[in-house]
Order: sequence, then structure tokens, then C-alpha cells
Amino acid sequence: MLELALKGSRKYWSWVIFLLAIIGAGFISYLYQFRVGLGITGMSRDVSWGLYIGQFTYLVGVAASAVTIVLPYYLHNYKKYGRISILGEFVAVSSVVMCMLFIFVDLGQPLRVLNVLLHPTPNSVMFFDMVVLSGYLFLNILCGWYVLGAERKGVPPAPWIKPFIIIAICWAPSIHIVTAFLYQGLPGRHYWLTAIMAAKFLSSAFASGPALLIVISLILRKFTRFDPGWEAIQTMAKTSAYFLIATVAFYLFEVFTSFYSSIPGHMYPIKYLFTGIEGHTRLVPIMWLSTVLVGVALPILIIPKARGNERALGFAAAATFIALWLEKGISLVVGGFVPNPFERVFEYWPTLPEVLIALGVWGIGFFILTILYKVAISVKEEVIFDKYGEKQVKA
Amino acid sequence: MSIDRREFLKIAGASVIAGLGCLSAFEILLPGQFEASQVLRNPKALVGKRWGMVIDMKKLNEETMKKCVDICHRIHNVPDIKNLKEEIKWIWTETFEHAFPGQESEYMSEEIKEMPFLVLCNQCDNPPCVRVCPTKATFKREDGIVMMDMHRCIGCRFCMAACPFGARSFNWRDPRPFIKEENMEYPTRMKGVVEKCTFCYERLAVGLKPACVEVSNGALIFGDLADPESEIRRVLREHYTIRRKSELGTNPSLYYII
Repeated sequence: MLELALKGSRKYWSWVIFLLAIIGAGFISYLYQFRVGLGITGMSRDVSWGLYIGQFTYLVGVAASAVTIVLPYYLHNYKKYGRISILGEFVAVSSVVMCMLFIFVDLGQPLRVLNVLLHPTPNSVMFFDMVVLSGYLFLNILCGWYVLGAERKGVPPAPWIKPFIIIAICWAPSIHIVTAFLYQGLPGRHYWLTAIMAAKFLSSAFASGPALLIVISLILRKFTRFDPGWEAIQTMAKTSAYFLIATVAFYLFEVFTSFYSSIPGHMYPIKYLFTGIEGHTRLVPIMWLSTVLVGVALPILIIPKARGNERALGFAAAATFIALWLEKGISLVVGGFVPNPFERVFEYWPTLPEVLIALGVWGIGFFILTILYKVAISVKEEVIFDKYGEKQVKA
Repeated sequence: MSIDRREFLKIAGASVIAGLGCLSAFEILLPGQFEASQVLRNPKALVGKRWGMVIDMKKLNEETMKKCVDICHRIHNVPDIKNLKEEIKWIWTETFEHAFPGQESEYMSEEIKEMPFLVLCNQCDNPPCVRVCPTKATFKREDGIVMMDMHRCIGCRFCMAACPFGARSFNWRDPRPFIKEENMEYPTRMKGVVEKCTFCYERLAVGLKPACVEVSNGALIFGDLADPESEIRRVLREHYTIRRKSELGTNPSLYYII
């Protein structure tokens, strides 16, 4: 089916070349990092993880969120998602690839990465993370590719794929729970040491993932002949709304626990993020921007009339995706390191090469996503009627 | 017997999977069996079950502390990087309120609040860094020392996030140009690996106490915490001591007399 990605319009090729240029810039920056070391990043002895691990964490969530599409379709037979379950699965595939790359570019000795397999260490959460991520990647490639192939041939998928789909559904939350465990089991990092971390990870993932799919669906509606379906988009918006409410609630629970208990160590990181400590305020604008974006997106997603407006919905979905990215992709990681174990404040800000490398990895992710979507959409444009007799192609 | 390409690839693939699987299974079921074999121990070597240290702040002054820091960093080829962001340190000083956050009070004497404390890896009995390491590059030895294998470390820095004492440093770039005078007896490190104090395991192996203890004029007491007859246990019986962040349950092997 891959040959379908080789035929495309001018716009398609411009997009592909644009992505390749970004990947190229990222790759050159990575060669620089590979030669000099991670010193070229903004990370330090005190903030020893930064943008890379933040992106990894956020994207694990995006990958896991495919379950919000696949589960209603396969377990509850919610037919409106029939056309887009593949979109969710392919987002998962490209996100997991990005996750793995972000871990890779974060390693000080990348050529030794196979030591993780050579010396398997089950007591390390990192080891489990590798296992669940690889498994999830495999399951999504298998299910997505196979079901799409069946659709192309115009036959229903064979029954043997069903167990794999069920396993993939159960597997999805595990990748994000394990990722939360990377953080929440560390003594002495007050911002992370909280049982609600895994729950908050899942809820913010299930808010940001559908938000991304809404944006993608709106773009597909506009630029291709494939229509994901307005009702499906509306359902995703509802999913995103509910989980966004849960995420805000979970964060406020955290704020309550920290400030009502008044335990200094628990209050410091939140104070640092929202007001700054001792004049160190680098992350304050990020946290407030995130808060404002959530504040704007939430009413649009909740109020049916606003949600029903295509432009408002597009804005709210993008705002949700960006707001949660600011929270999870940047402030979550840094907040765990500031203040440091000596209660001193050292700040973090990514450097230009670091940002270019991160963009390069995002570029690779979007490149994979583009190729997979091109194949999926070409197949869907060819098949005029889906198996439920509904029209796939607009006019 | 003829074999076609398809058949060959099948067998080769199956063998690779079986081989890797067996190796992993061995690692999990019989840990340590494939590690490098032990060499005969030097008869002079200091042997203990759980090495620990008491730091007697009453006997320490700034000059002695500086000596401790200097000797350690010199013999271990710790690079002297001035840039705080990429600093590497195995042993250094911190004021009381930063070394023991949460223990300070507003009415405490300025003298104690501002007093520099010698801090280094706590050689925890229940080390979180060892728990999180995905490659066993950091591990606990039988004598309680939390060790680093700099050749196995992949530089993921999970241990730095896990250590509640900020004891670990990362080589953000090649450290060698920052070593003033290289000690040929001890290895230098390369970029991209984590390092920290190892309680001078290389000196214990030849019967010497850690370098900082040696230059401390008796302010640093090193010994086997598991031996009730040892000097360190006597000191711990006779003095009230505190440990850094003992509430976290990592069970540090470093004690402070104030």
C-alpha cells in the first residue's frame, strides 16, 4: 500500500519537502550534539532533564489517546468512529516513534542504548517503559495496517485481528501509567511524588489526543476528499472536554493538597511555576499562558453551541493541545527539578540547537504521520462506501 | 542437505531470537552469572559489610574541608569546570540550611545556619539511583558501596532525577580538557556518563581509607557500620548524629555530628 504515498498533489509534496527540511536542520543539530555532548542543551547538573524528556512524556500521552477512538468503535460498536479509528492508530504509531527518538536524543551515550536490552533490569521503570512502548508500536502498526488493507480489498477484517485490537486497547493506558511511574516513584522530587500523577497523565492525554485528532480531522475535511464525519468530530470534542475538566480538577487537587497542608517542599515547585521564586520567573509566562488557553478552550468545548461552530471548535482544540503541551511538555519536567535537592533555584531554558533537535524529531513524527495518512486517505477515497453503507467521500 | 534462502533466513532468525531470549532469561533468573569474574582479593584490602562515615563538624574547619575536596577531586580526575551548569563534583560544601532543608529554624544561631557542611554521596543502604538505573550501571556492592560502571552507563540521567541528595554529576561534554593534572592511577571519564563519589573503592582494595578521611585530621570517621565493635559504631553510640533527609527511607550511611 506504501506506493500510494508516492502519488500526490503539489501541496502534498511541498508539505513533505518542508518536513524534510526541518528534519535536516534537526539532524545537523544532532550531529553537533553528538560530537560535543549534551552540554549544548540548556540542561544542567540541577535540571538534568528538559525539553526532550518533556516531549517524550507528552507524546506518550498522545500515543495512548488513540484508545479514545478505538475503544468506542470496537468495544461499543460506535460506528461514527469507523472511518477515523485508523487516524487514531496512525497518530499512535508516529507518536511512539517520536517518543523513542526523544529518549534516544536525550542519551549521553546513545551508542550504548542496547545496554538496556543486554542488561535487562526489571526493577527500573525505564526498562518497563521500553517494553510497553515497543509493544504498543507493534500492536498499532499491526492493527492499523491490517484493517486498512482489508478495507482496500473491500473485505471485512479477518477475526484473528480482533484479539490484537483488544490487547491494544488494554495496552494503551499502560504506556502512560508506566511513564507516570518514571516520575511519581522518585523520593525527594515533591512536584512528581504524588499518586494522582498517573491519573492526571491519563486525563490530560485523553484531552490532548482527541484535540489533536479534531485539528487533523478539520484539516483533512478541508484539504482532501475524505470526510472524517462531523458527528465523529463532535464526539471527540466531548471526550476532550470531559478529560480536560478532569485534568483541571486533578491539578487543583494537587494545589489544594500542597497549600492546605502548607508543607514547604510541596508548595515550592507550584510557587515557582506560577509566581517564580526569588526573582526566578522563567516558567511563569508558560504556566499562565497554559492556564489562559485552558480557560478559553474549556467553555467552547463544553457549551454545545460553541462546540458546534467549526472555527470555534478548531481554535479550542488547538488551544487544548498547546495548553497541555506547555504543562506536560515543559513545566512538568522542570517543576520536578526546581528547586533542587538543596532548595536552591537553578533555572532551565532550552537552547537553539536543542529546540532544533526537538523540532527535527517532531518533523520525523509528522513525516511518518503524513505518509501513513496519505496511504489511509488514498484507500478511503478509493472506497466510496464503507462497510456500513455510509458515504465516505464528500460529493 | 540443501537449504533455500527462505529456510536459511527462518533458521537464522529463530536462532537469533532464541539466543537473545536465553541470555535475557539468564540475566533475570540467575543475575550476575554473566558478569565479569572476580579476581583474587588483595590480602591487605579493607573488608566490610556496610561502609559508612561519620562527619564530625566540631573537628572540621574550612581549611580541612578544602583539603578533603581538593584531594578527592585531584586523585579521581574530577574536572574543574567553573560553569555551574556543567559542574562536576564528588564532595563539596553546602550551608546547613541547604544541606538539611527543613531542619533550619528562624531562631537558629547564624553560626550553624551559615556553617559549611561537607556533603558527598550518602552511599544509601536503599539507594533510589540503583533502583531506577535501566542498565545496572549503578549498583550496590556487597560492602554497601553504591558503585558506578562508567562503561555501561548510557547517560539517561534517571539516577540524577532519583537521587534526593544531588550527589550525582553528568559529563555534559568531554571532561578531559578540564583536568589540570591527570592522575594516571585512576581512569578519566568520557562525555555523556554520570559520576559520583565511590567511597574510594580503589583505595579500600589496597588497604587504604578514603582520601578525604586521610586528610581530615580525624574529623571524618570511616568504618564498617555492620560491625558493632568498629570505631564508627562506638562514635555513633557516644554522639547524637543526624543524617540528611532520613525521612525518605534511603537509609544514608553518612552521619553528621554537629
